[in-house]
Amino acid sequence: MSTPDDILRVEHLTMRFGGLVAVHDLSFTARHREITALIGPNGAGKTTVFNCITGFYKPTEGRIALQSGAPAAWHRLDALTDSPKQKDVRDDGALFLLERMADHDVAKYARVARTFQNIRLFRGMTVLENLLVAQHKPLMQASGFSIFGILGLPPFRNAEANAIDKAVEWLEIVNLVDRADDPAGDLPYGDQRRLEIARAMCTDPVLLCLDEPAAGLNPRESAELSELLIAIRDQYKTSILLIEHDMSVVMQISDHVVVLDYGVKISDGTRDYVKNDPNVIAAYLGVEQDEVEAVATEVGL
Amino acid sequence: MTEKVQPRIDILRGLKDALLAGLVTLGVLLPLIGLQTTVNIRNELILEDRPILLAAMVTSVVVISLLVSFVFRPLSQRRAAVRPEGASLKAAQRRATIAKYTMPFALGFAFLYPLVAIQLAGWQGSVKWIDNFGIQILIYIMLGWGLNVVVGLAGLLDLGYVAFYAVGAYSYALLSQAFGFSFWVLLPLAGILAAFWGILLGFPVLRLRGDYLAIVTLAFGEIIRLVLINWVPVTGGYAGISSIPRPTFFGIPFTANEDGFAAVFGLEFSPLYRTIFLYYLILCLALLTAFVTMRLRRLPIGRAWEALREDEIACRALGINTTNTKLSAFAIGAMFGGFAGSFFAARQGFISPESFTFMESAMIVAIVVLGGMGSAFGVAIAAIFMIGGTEYLRELDFLKTIFGSEFDPTQYRMLLFGAAMVLIMIWKPRGLISTRDPTAFLHERKTIAAKFVKEGRG
Repeated sequence: MSTPDDILRVEHLTMRFGGLVAVHDLSFTARHREITALIGPNGAGKTTVFNCITGFYKPTEGRIALQSGAPAAWHRLDALTDSPKQKDVRDDGALFLLERMADHDVAKYARVARTFQNIRLFRGMTVLENLLVAQHKPLMQASGFSIFGILGLPPFRNAEANAIDKAVEWLEIVNLVDRADDPAGDLPYGDQRRLEIARAMCTDPVLLCLDEPAAGLNPRESAELSELLIAIRDQYKTSILLIEHDMSVVMQISDHVVVLDYGVKISDGTRDYVKNDPNVIAAYLGVEQDEVEAVATEVGL
Repeated sequence: MTEKVQPRIDILRGLKDALLAGLVTLGVLLPLIGLQTTVNIRNELILEDRPILLAAMVTSVVVISLLVSFVFRPLSQRRAAVRPEGASLKAAQRRATIAKYTMPFALGFAFLYPLVAIQLAGWQGSVKWIDNFGIQILIYIMLGWGLNVVVGLAGLLDLGYVAFYAVGAYSYALLSQAFGFSFWVLLPLAGILAAFWGILLGFPVLRLRGDYLAIVTLAFGEIIRLVLINWVPVTGGYAGISSIPRPTFFGIPFTANEDGFAAVFGLEFSPLYRTIFLYYLILCLALLTAFVTMRLRRLPIGRAWEALREDEIACRALGINTTNTKLSAFAIGAMFGGFAGSFFAARQGFISPESFTFMESAMIVAIVVLGGMGSAFGVAIAAIFMIGGTEYLRELDFLKTIFGSEFDPTQYRMLLFGAAMVLIMIWKPRGLISTRDPTAFLHERKTIAAKFVKEGRG
């Protein structure tokens, strides 16, 4: 399955919590400038996979590699794995072993951004401030680790103005400019979802991981979300990895779908391939594969 | 809403509440206030009863309870009924505007305070007002602003802040005695040492949150104090360190000698010059603390502190190293504690572990919490009331004419302190100024209502 065009390669990923095997020997890839959807019934281990990719969990076994810059970097993967290093950054492409990196380093160096299933905004800070916190890394460098910042020197002031411009650009995309100075906790639910995506995009990611971005949205908001994600893929050249239950969103925008059930991959391919895969239908109906036909006619599929 | 809402006053319930409050007060105060142990002429311990004082206190509680039931509560109900939606936020914004215009006035008053005190209390009488009130309050304002970084902004409840105050004070005392460095060299050095100890404390407690963090920081404060008590060869134990060099006016000492301050400037010698100098010194240090912390708040590091208070996991997902962010908050907070400590040692000329008990930490945390976490102005007001109020108890000599010459108002410090805490927690559970001022804005600066802002829970 792996091609040089991959941005992310998850290989033989296993995550155990004590005796519970949440994810077992999972391998899949996500390609550059594509939307990869990770779907599966409740408890299939999707969020666990996300937490492993973004460094919040240390996987029990397996390798999670991310490449940015140029596809040629993949040739250096085995050499990097044998070395004790976390990353191999060169002019002709960078390679990261995410399972070795701390969560904040995954975001900072490998530039993997994520959102959360239960929205995690800084509720007491304004919408604009939320987007400025996301630009911590460039602002921190410009503030000379706060020394230039305290003195209010021009390099920092320029960087701050640029950061606000970037925040405004994203506020225009998610249509929240008018609410820039309101506390994030005061926004309606759908706006909070969009703000969280805008905040993740303000970190300048190469890979955006979205954990159920359409949860709790009405059909109109879901359609807007699909448009937003397609714009992120096409205009901002950011690859997207998506966990989603809303099949209308998944089937509309995904270029590639991976299906998990009980921590194991049961299907992997284009959305049309997955839609008609008997394994997937069986998992979603909760029956054995040979009973699918009978049950499907029964429920009127 | 033009219809007048008539609040219902439940007379029976109000009376019942008052009676209950009176009985509880009587029960609590009977042994505490009603009876006093004294030693009589034959050196025997005897119990004396103080019925008048007891009756006065119980009556005042009953009266307050009646006032609450029949006056304050109906009033506030009527106001709440009339108040339209969103008025509370508007009121908060109005208060923020008032705070903005009060700031220059308060600053001007702080700068003119010694002159006002000399004018009103005379050359001799003003020492008390400048030293006990002015300097003392400013030390606590500075400590409150320093701790505000840790508790108010980063949301890490630190109950051992006095440890850094102690590190600063002992750094100054020991280094100035051992090496003869001047105050101006040791001030930054004490800050750096305290910041170093802040990082040292920060490392082991980084994984802890909330109550656990509070307990460990409390223990750290006690450890420092116990080391100061027991490491007698260095710290002098309980006896402390005395004859600490006093700060000089940029090299000119405040003595009655020929090269002293008064002689050099052709003035008549008076100890007041030193006091006034110390006052302006701590005022400048406190303003430096305010300037730096307020500036830091608007920088990426300060936003990261506040983001950490709001949601630590989201911070990590945005590439913020929460370990370094917490350590920086601890270090900056501790540094200002160290500055204040070295000033304290220089002002007193004598320090001992007695000055760095848990009570001091509790006092500083109380100032930050009562002031409203994160608000510099609220912290200053809280410090003025708490420290100034307890100092002012010494001035209430007229109460002796009512309760007898044995009555000492300062002994009721803790009682009043507790009562004030309870009242504030009922009236303003999130401190005097609980709204948050955004650090950046696009169209207009809107104050953020307290309900959205997370409290420091570690």
